[in-house]
Order: sequence, then C-alpha cells, then structure tokens
Amino acid sequence: MTDSQPVISCRNAWKIFGPDPEQFYANISADMSFEDMRAQGYIAGVRDVSVDVAKGEMLVIMGLSGSGKSTLVRCLSRLHDITAGSITVDGQDLGSLSEKELIELRRRKMGMVFQSFGLLPHRTVLENVAFPLEMRGQDKHERRKRALEVVELVGLSGREEYFPRELSGGQQQRVGIARSLAIEPDIWFLDEPFSALDPLIRREMQDEFLRLQEMLGKTIVFITHDFDEALRLADRIAIMKDGAVEQCDTPDQIVLNPATEYVTKFTEDIDKARVVHAGAIAKPVNGEPVMGTPVSSGKTIQDLARLLVDDTRDLIPVTSDDGTIMGNLDRVEALDILLR
Amino acid sequence: MTAIDTQMPARIGSLSNARVATILFAVAALIAIAKPILPDGLIRLPDWMILPWAPWLQAMFDFVREDLGLIYVTRTITAGLEFVLDTTGNILYGKHRWPYLGPISWASIVGASGVLGYWLGGTRLALIAGGTWVWTAVIGQWELAMETMSVIVVAAPIAVAIGVGMGIQAWRHRRVEVALRPILAVLQTLPFFTYLLPAVIFFKVGPTAAAVATIIFAIPPMILMTTLGLKKVSPDIVEAGQMSGSTRWQMLRHVYMPAARTEILVGVNQVIMLCLAMVVLTAFIGMPGLGAKLLAMMGSFKLGRSFEIGVTIVLIAVMLDRLSKAWIVKQPVHFEKGSPWSQRHFFLLAGIAAFVVLALLAWVVPYFHEVGRRQDLSMGKEIDFAIKWVLDIDAIQATTQWLRWFLNTKVLIPFRDSILWLPTPSAILLFSAAAYYVGGLRSALVIACFFGIVALTGWWDRSMITLYTVISAVILATILGIPLGIFASRNEKWSGRILLACDTAQTFPSFIYLIPAIMLFGVNDVAVIFSILIFAMVPLTRYTIEGLRGVPVELTEAADMAGSTRRQKLMHVQLPLALPTMAVGFNQAIMFAFFMVIIAAFIGTQDLGQELQRTLAGNELGKNFVLGTCVSVMALAFDHVIRRWVTDRKSALGLD
Repeated sequence: MTDSQPVISCRNAWKIFGPDPEQFYANISADMSFEDMRAQGYIAGVRDVSVDVAKGEMLVIMGLSGSGKSTLVRCLSRLHDITAGSITVDGQDLGSLSEKELIELRRRKMGMVFQSFGLLPHRTVLENVAFPLEMRGQDKHERRKRALEVVELVGLSGREEYFPRELSGGQQQRVGIARSLAIEPDIWFLDEPFSALDPLIRREMQDEFLRLQEMLGKTIVFITHDFDEALRLADRIAIMKDGAVEQCDTPDQIVLNPATEYVTKFTEDIDKARVVHAGAIAKPVNGEPVMGTPVSSGKTIQDLARLLVDDTRDLIPVTSDDGTIMGNLDRVEALDILLR
Repeated sequence: MTAIDTQMPARIGSLSNARVATILFAVAALIAIAKPILPDGLIRLPDWMILPWAPWLQAMFDFVREDLGLIYVTRTITAGLEFVLDTTGNILYGKHRWPYLGPISWASIVGASGVLGYWLGGTRLALIAGGTWVWTAVIGQWELAMETMSVIVVAAPIAVAIGVGMGIQAWRHRRVEVALRPILAVLQTLPFFTYLLPAVIFFKVGPTAAAVATIIFAIPPMILMTTLGLKKVSPDIVEAGQMSGSTRWQMLRHVYMPAARTEILVGVNQVIMLCLAMVVLTAFIGMPGLGAKLLAMMGSFKLGRSFEIGVTIVLIAVMLDRLSKAWIVKQPVHFEKGSPWSQRHFFLLAGIAAFVVLALLAWVVPYFHEVGRRQDLSMGKEIDFAIKWVLDIDAIQATTQWLRWFLNTKVLIPFRDSILWLPTPSAILLFSAAAYYVGGLRSALVIACFFGIVALTGWWDRSMITLYTVISAVILATILGIPLGIFASRNEKWSGRILLACDTAQTFPSFIYLIPAIMLFGVNDVAVIFSILIFAMVPLTRYTIEGLRGVPVELTEAADMAGSTRRQKLMHVQLPLALPTMAVGFNQAIMFAFFMVIIAAFIGTQDLGQELQRTLAGNELGKNFVLGTCVSVMALAFDHVIRRWVTDRKSALGLD
C-alpha cells in the first residue's frame, strides 16, 4: 500500500432509503438500530461508513445479501447519491460534481462490472466492449482497435461478432470485464462479478482476474458474499452488516483478531492456516537470536506446515519481500494455528 | 391507497359487502315492483333534468374550431397529410398525383414481400406474404387493397412515432403518466364513430380523415407498451450504461430503447392491427378501399363478393400480424469477421433483385402488372349461388329459423323488454348493488355515477338497448366459449390448435364478423347478437385455456395424488385458480362486444350505434360526443368492476 493520498476516500457516508431521507437523517440518533429505522419506513443502505482505498489496492467488501455492500459501491460510483457524509475520488468531492463532470469522470476513470453482466442484447461482443468508447465519442477505427485489444486480453478472440445470448455465462462476464476495461480506468468496481457463475467457472475466472490485476495494477473495489473469494483476492476486506462496516482490515487480521461477534461467526469455519501469512504473525527480533534458514513472509502457515512440524527451532526468522529479516515466527504459535 | 383498500374494503358500519349489496338489491326490486304507483319522474328522469348537452357541446366545438382557429391548424396538418397520402396513393395504386411513378406492378410487391417473409420467418412466412398478394391480385381486388394499404403505410408509422414519444414522456414524468391513464382508458372504450366524426369535421373527408381517425385509434397501445418496456429494462443494463458515461440522450437511444425492443415491437404489432381494423371501418366516412367495397357489397346483399373481400381482409390481417410478430422474435444473427458486404446484406439484395426482375417481367407481360377486369378469377356470382343453395337446404333453413325464433321470442325480446321496463333509479341501484358486492362502496359509487351520466344525457332507453345486446351476446358467448376452452385445455394438441385459431381470429378486423352473421340470419337482431357472440367468444375461449393451463403443475399433481377425479380436479383446483385470468378474458369480451355492437348499427339496430351512425350524416358533433360518452361510461363501468374483482381475487389467491 502506498503512502500517497487515497484514491477513494469515504467519510461518514450514509445512504438512507425512504420517503424523506434528509429529514430522517437530521433527527437520527446514534444508537438507533436497523430495526428501529425499518419500523419507521426507512432503510439505512449505508450507515456511517468510512473507508479509504489506496492506489493499486484491492478492497473487497464482504457481506450477506441485504448488508448494503452493493449500495455502498453504488455510492462510490455515484449511481446513488449519498444522504450524508462525503466521498472523494482523487481529491474531487463526488457529490458536488455536475452531471457533465460525473459523465466525464466515468468516461475517463471508472469501470464497473455487474453481477448479471448488464450486456446490451442487441450489440455484438465487440460493440458491447466498444460501447463506453462510443459514448465518449472516440472515432470508429480507434475504438475498434482498442476493443479488439481488450477482447483478446480477456481471451475471447474469435467471438468478437457473437451476440451475448450466444455466449456462456462465463464468457458473458468476460465481455462485461472487457467493457469495463476498455476505457483504461484507474478505478475498477466489480459488483459480485462471479456470483452468477458455476463454482468451477468461478474459480477459473478468479484466477483470470488475479492475472489481469497483476498485469494492470488497478485500484479495485470488489464485492462478494463469498468469504473464500474475499480471502483469496483481497488486500483488505471490509465486512458489512446492516449497512455498517463491522471491520475493515487485512485478511490475516480479520481471521486472527475479529473485531466483533459477527465477524467472529464468519471466521469460525475458515481454515486459518490457509489465510494467515508468516509475515502477519512474525514478531520483531528484539534481540532474540536469528538462527538458520529464514522463510518468506508471503508464505501462509499451511505452506509452511511441513517445516513447522519438522523444524526444531522455537523461533524461525522471516524475511520480507526485499529479503531483509523482518522478525521471528513463534513456531508453537504457528503450529496452534495449523492444528486448531 | 390501493393496498389499504384491498385489506379493508370500505364498509358501512359493520355490514359486509354482501349484506349491503342485498339491501341495495332489495330496494331496487321494491322500486321496480312499485312502478305502477311511482310518479313519472322516478321512472325516467323528467325532461327538465336532461340538459341540452348536445347543443352546448356543439357550440363549444364550433367555438374551438372557428373562433379559436383550430380549423387553420388542422387544415395545415391536412395539407401535409394529404401530400403524403397522395404520394403513397400514387406509388401503390397509381393515383394521379406526384411523383407520377405508380402503380408498382403487383408481381414486384409479391416478390419483395416474399423475400421479406422469408427473412423474417422462413418458407412459411414467405408463402403467407407472397400468397396473400397473389390472391389479392388474381381475385381482382388489387386496387382496393392498395387503397387501404396506402393509408396504413402512412398511419402506422405516425401512430408508432407519436405513441413512442408519448410513452417516453409518460415513463420519464410521473405526472404525464397519471394524466394519460384515464384518457387512454376512455379512448380505448370510445365507440369508433366518435373517432370518425371529429376526423371528418376537422380533416378533409376521405383518406385524410381516415388516416387521422386511424392514427388516433392506434396510438394508445403504443404508449402503454413503450412505457411498460422502458420500465422493465433491467437495472444492471441501466447502470452499465451510466457507468459507461452515457448522457441522458445516449442512455435513451443506445440503452433503454434497444433493451425495450420486444415490448416496443409488440406495440408496433398492435398498432398495425388496429390500423387495419380502423381503416376498414373508415368506409363509413367515405374512405375508398376494401372496407368501402365490403360495405357496399353487404349493403346490396352480394354475399359472394362480400365473402371474397372478407377473405382478402383476413389474409392481409394474418399476413401483417405474422410478419410483425416474427419481427418481434427475430434475433440478430452474427456474421464471421470479414464477411463481405453482400453476404451481410444478402436479403436486402435479394429483395431488391426480386422486385426489379418481376417489375421487368411485368413490363413484358401486362398481366403481372395489373390484372384486368375480365381476367380476374372472382367467382362472386358462383359463391352467391352456392351460399344461397346451402342456405336453402331445408335442414339448415329450419335450424336457423328455429334458432332465430327461439332466441327472439324466448330470450332476447323478453330480456330487452324487462330491462327497458325497469325504472331508471331501480336499474342504477341494481348495477350499484352488483358493484358493491364486488368492490364495496367506492365501486358502487363509481358505477352509480357512470350510469347516472347515462341517465342525465337523456339517452337512457337507447343505452339500455345497447346494454341488453352486449349482455345477451356475452352471456351466450360465455355459454359456448368457456366449455370450449375447458375442453381444449385438456390436452396440448387441442389447446395449441384452438389458441392458434383464437390468435388468428383476434387479428381479423371486427367488420369481418358481420359477414357470416348476415349470411346465416339475414338482417335482424339475431344476426347482430351472433356477430358479437363470435367476436366476443375469442377472448373468452383464449383466456379460459390460458388460465387453466397456467395452473401450477404442483397443484394439479397434488390433486391427482389426493385421488380426485378429473371433474373434482377441474371444479376444486383448476377453475378456482384460473378464474381471475378467465375474468380478464370476460372483460375483454365485454369491451369487444361494446365495440362490435356499434358496428352492427350497419345491420340496423335500434341502439346508440344507430344514433351514432346518424350523426355522421348530419355532422352533429355535439350529439356524437354525448352518445359516445354513453357507450364509453357503460364499458368503463364493466371494466372497473371486473378489474376490481380480478385484483382482489388474485391477491386473495396469492397470485402475482
């Protein structure tokens, strides 16, 4: 994660649905529960949410259906206007943009992928992918060239002239991904992109997605209701419930130190050894001896399973990405995680 | 508001709807029994209460027309419309007007339509499209058909354009939608004469007025379908469009409209069919073409020629319907990268080729250009003879005569007399009681108000005759149509067949239904009832089949496993669940009947239709509107009550 100013910064954002949200927000008290609001005919889709997304970071928003994760991402892309709070994108206040500026922002900086693809049924693959380029008025040859590039990027070469109905679900979502990438956005929103797909295809698409991300290095907000998917992809995870963010942290921290009861329940069934990295539980050296061959901080405890069992050292040194020693791993503590 | 209504029907005190209805009914009966001792003013409204609406309206129309200068506006529109109609007239049937190119030879149109049909739906549609025109030409009705088509090709696109435009406005602004809804409801129940007369008065008699009446008549479904389609566009597609940075116009043009394609094309199909139905009826205001010829032939009782024209109209209706429906389901086909232009546009080229080649052929062989008067294969006289021969068979004559006698003396006349005998307040109370039973106080008030309007216009007796005709025809249609539907729904094959027949019959312009009625029964009340009956049977049968077949399989299987007989299953499971759908069909049957009963004025009825037809001759716009209102409010009354029942029933059954 970088030190510069965050790309997306969301401060105390509220999104309330109901007959007169502003009025309702003005009279709201801090301890009012979700049910209390509902009893009065209001739903807090997003409740006092503050999150930052740094450049090149992948933030995964996780929650069950109705938890407000889709609403939050729609506030970040201003498909919904927030009721209160502020959201800035690259330092620009999203709420104060005029319609024209907003359109311009979407044409230059944002891309979004939808759960049920949102493909235009009357356009071919190529025309769908070129759609955002067409909207911003790029000339025909250029947009065709760019569209062909992205279509190839997502592995759909040879299907350019197909119509969406002639493609499988996985292929349709590839078109959705290609379309969102056509304008080379800096910020990439993905709203449960793989939820509508079969488990096997989903896995394949996740790999594909990781490959793309490695190549492109975009700032990503990814939504899912699948905790495994979140753990697999995320730099950080924000877990939502009833519109509020319960915890926002790295996967390791969420698994190791769940902040609330709700998060604990989520993490209970997770095989922690597969999530926690050596770097996350390494302790500073603090004068303890550094002995023998170090392990890389990026390895999960499971990756290190054999070593942890076979090794006799109490403390195993851990190296960070640049090769320097960053601390020691307590072998017993690691074994506890592995054997729990 | 409606949600509250359905949960807590308006009640008076603690009385249930049924109880109040019974009381109202009893009061109605009491007034009827007391008729001999009632003062005249309670039997029919006294004269002083009947205001001279017709002259007032007439004065208002005159004021708008002359003093406000509407006539200048309409004259400008007339001039523009006339120019377009002259152009299509010249191209299609050689009217002596600019561009002096026509007429196109019939063979060319057969060729081009054939290719169009093939492109839309393969060989079958190619045959229907080409075959229809071949029949029209060789039977010697080409020019008539082209006169009719020359108006349709102008009216349909204009109606579609206006309808889509208004539909978009209604979808965008809730206020427009709210304002349009009652107007559309009234427009769809107004008798067609009420479209015709203003058209004649404000626009020039003949094709121009016909086009205007046709356009206005065809617009409502286009508005409704456009709004519906735009509302149904999936949010994902909308958001995808927004995130692509579309402006509002781009959203509409590239996202909403294409995504609503199916509904919009369904609207187009309805517009085309309504245009055909109306353009045939504009014969009443001097529009030449198939309708006028049919009117003339039926008027002089030339059944053979009437029959032939009927066949032509039916064929054209079926063709237009099938082609436009095929267009709805037509999916774009992809071409591999690098396919040449000629391959991508193969059908366009083939169509042009067929057109040109056949035009050249027609140039060499005149028969393919125009079928001469003596060359046609019309067998009007022979068919006439055959029809008369068949009708003269003793058995048939005896049957129709007995039917006529039985219906007339045992059913129709007694029913008519009793409905006419009822004192006005008693009748209104009776209708309101029925409405109260179904929908509570609000419905009862609406119905009382509607029939109150009828009474206040002073056309009560004529209106009751119209009502009696509609009710008797729909009851007969129910007796015949529902068992037919039940029978057909029993198996796949028969439901398919009957549904196809209903679909086809529904595309026929209503005028057609008069032909068999006149053939069988001559010119009298029974023929009127008969023509309405077959017209109204179509939706009844159709919705019965759809309702019964729409019953969830789990439920019928549960009934089977509970050991119910076929009859028990029908009575206790299928019918109760199908009833709301069937009621929709019943409602449509009544709307159809109100439409048809006015057309039947042509046979010589004694009702509102007859009076309406007379207003045409006298240019009495005020009276025309008063009569039109009577028909409309009666139709709306039925519509209100039945819809109310359907909504309540559906929510009670937990359907949608």
